[in-house]
Amino acid sequence: MKSAHLLSADDLSKQDALELLATAKELAAITDGPNKKLPTLRGKTVVNLFFEDSTRTRISFETAAKRLSADVINFSAKGSSVSKGESLKDTAQTLQAMGADAVVIRHESSGAAKRLADSKWIQATVINAGDGTHEHPTQALLDAFTIKQHLRSKDSDLSGVKVLIVGDILHSRVARSNVILLTKLGAKVVLVAPPTLFPVGVENWPVDISYDLDKEIPKCDVIMMLRIQQERMANSFFPTEREYSRRYGLNSYRLSKLSKSSIVMHPGPMNRGLEISADSADDIKSVIIDQVRNGVAVRMAVLYQLLGGAPIGAAND
Amino acid sequence: MIKIRNVNLVDGSIVNVEIDQGLVKAISKSTGKDNFDGIDGAGKILMPGLVDLHTHLREPGREDSETVLTGSESAVAGGFTAISAMANTNPVADTAGVVEQIYRLGKNAGICDVNPIGAVTKGLKGEQLSEIGAMAESIANVRIFSDDGNCVADPLIMRRALEYVKTYNGIIAQHAQDPRLTLNAQMNEGVISAKIGLAGWPAVAEEAIIARDILLTDHVQSRLHICHVTTAGGVELVRWAKQRGIQVTAEVTPHHLLLTDDLVENYDPIYKVNPPLRTEKDVMALRQGLAEGVIDIVATDHAPHSAEHKDCEWQSAAFGMVGLETALSVVIKTMIETKLMTWAELSDRMSIRPALIAGYKNQGQKIVEGSAANLVLVDPNSHWTVDRHNLKSKSKNNPFDKMELPGVISEVIYNGNLVVQNGKQTSLGLGHND
Repeated sequence: MKSAHLLSADDLSKQDALELLATAKELAAITDGPNKKLPTLRGKTVVNLFFEDSTRTRISFETAAKRLSADVINFSAKGSSVSKGESLKDTAQTLQAMGADAVVIRHESSGAAKRLADSKWIQATVINAGDGTHEHPTQALLDAFTIKQHLRSKDSDLSGVKVLIVGDILHSRVARSNVILLTKLGAKVVLVAPPTLFPVGVENWPVDISYDLDKEIPKCDVIMMLRIQQERMANSFFPTEREYSRRYGLNSYRLSKLSKSSIVMHPGPMNRGLEISADSADDIKSVIIDQVRNGVAVRMAVLYQLLGGAPIGAAND
Repeated sequence: MIKIRNVNLVDGSIVNVEIDQGLVKAISKSTGKDNFDGIDGAGKILMPGLVDLHTHLREPGREDSETVLTGSESAVAGGFTAISAMANTNPVADTAGVVEQIYRLGKNAGICDVNPIGAVTKGLKGEQLSEIGAMAESIANVRIFSDDGNCVADPLIMRRALEYVKTYNGIIAQHAQDPRLTLNAQMNEGVISAKIGLAGWPAVAEEAIIARDILLTDHVQSRLHICHVTTAGGVELVRWAKQRGIQVTAEVTPHHLLLTDDLVENYDPIYKVNPPLRTEKDVMALRQGLAEGVIDIVATDHAPHSAEHKDCEWQSAAFGMVGLETALSVVIKTMIETKLMTWAELSDRMSIRPALIAGYKNQGQKIVEGSAANLVLVDPNSHWTVDRHNLKSKSKNNPFDKMELPGVISEVIYNGNLVVQNGKQTSLGLGHND
């Protein structure tokens, strides 16, 4: 990888991404064994700096770092001085003084990870674990990994795979990162949402857009449902929860229209009964649990590559 | 007595100028090689001092980011002999007491005119008119009223304000921003905001208010000034209004004449400003509008913020840029070097017309015998490199840092006295730290 940080899916070349996915696959094979732990990042300190609640992402990074034998510090905005108004700068300088080698940052402000990496506040490697409505690059990596696992052979990219991403594109960092990464890997991406949930300017993205889920469903290999936040309704992005669910939710009828080999994805946490029905989430086509599992392997690969660990398979003491 | 020899006026004539007792006492034709004691104006341009109708001075309330004195120093360093203090201080300039305080602080600083702008509504809340009459009749003699920072969004309040100021031949300076269309807005809405995931500030939120207020102004036959127009559509609306004879004037900031929204891509809050940086197409339309005079004037929207308000993540950062000291150079770069405007037109847009709009008596006067000696002498052929840490302003949030810009100010004369000489502030303004 050329970049010292992972802030955007755009930091990765196609080659970088394929290498990361290959590394993740190797790491997954090792940690699926009886001894889940590798010594590669022993002595390194990884800080999970979470300004926003996200138990799932945090424990995924924590597990990944621990399996590589790094020391992990969880720093959450709640219960720390951040809630009393400490700035990002002061927090960063504190972590620098404590000798953090990598900072995994989740922040409600778009660009917070980039600010941290560009500033002189801290020297550590910065990994974006979700910044506002901007990006969530490790989510895109784990999604690509999961798609590859189910639909493509070992060495290939995602050429020819057609991916539907459905829901709140406007506010979704998962969508932004996936559009960049999946198209880079050769996939064809179609975004589906009501017009209110597309950003102005989306016409410049390398994707097709559609307002009609039923038209797109039979033609895809992957359908990725995005979480709908409750507060969107209050701001008139759509009339009611039920109308959204009827027009853009994945239900058993739409599930039946999917092609035989297609898969159903969701970055979690799900609103069962809103964007995805319970039977869709639990269907045999659903790979949502695989996404969670693969998240650990992919994040291990990212930490491993960025923190320059010893070669995989070195003396496993 | 100050003498300037062999200096160019904006009409192209080369003259010798004598200044005495606050006035231009004599002007005589120069051979171009006259030699007498005084200031050598050869190769330089003498203009009436610049006049800014949109300055945030932060005093009272945020003296850590700017005071009336430091703002005045910044102004004269930029060639301004009159500035207009926006009302969004703390307390808000919505009473005769506060505007008189600011006026007095300006007099104490004593190096340029400081004209307070009064709030349109009490506390800038947009609900109830402030005591416009009391401010107009105060020592500060307020004529411009603005809730700048906030839009007077309620159309009925706006209508009443436009009507009410007619008694005093006042003018409402509107910050055109529909608040509902700009909920949590962070930057121009477009290709860049879609990519980097910042909430958009659409052009229509500005244009909808401009259109509405033009129609209201026509209906009640009053005067409207549009602060910091930033969009191509806004220029079109003002052009339309002027063609119909509606009494509307408009301003553009130096930063909107030069910078575009792609600068936001690295999330550096130095580029965070309200209204936001727009696209190349808007910048070109603004330049064209200014050249034609559809946009009447340049105004700085000088907005000082202390370091901690910019040294943070984008969303937490304050909106605004300081610009008094770079305004003239940016206008030379964008309007003179591009051959869109002449020096006479620059002087018109940055001095004569703003003084006319605001009714500032001794400012923006054509340089003739007997005119007020508020003057700026600029070397148009020299360049300088902006170092934001060397600015006179107490705040350093200037977006042109490290840029090489044309136009070096050597002398500024205020009320017949040199306040800047050889590019340095004279002792005149120093020591008034009360």
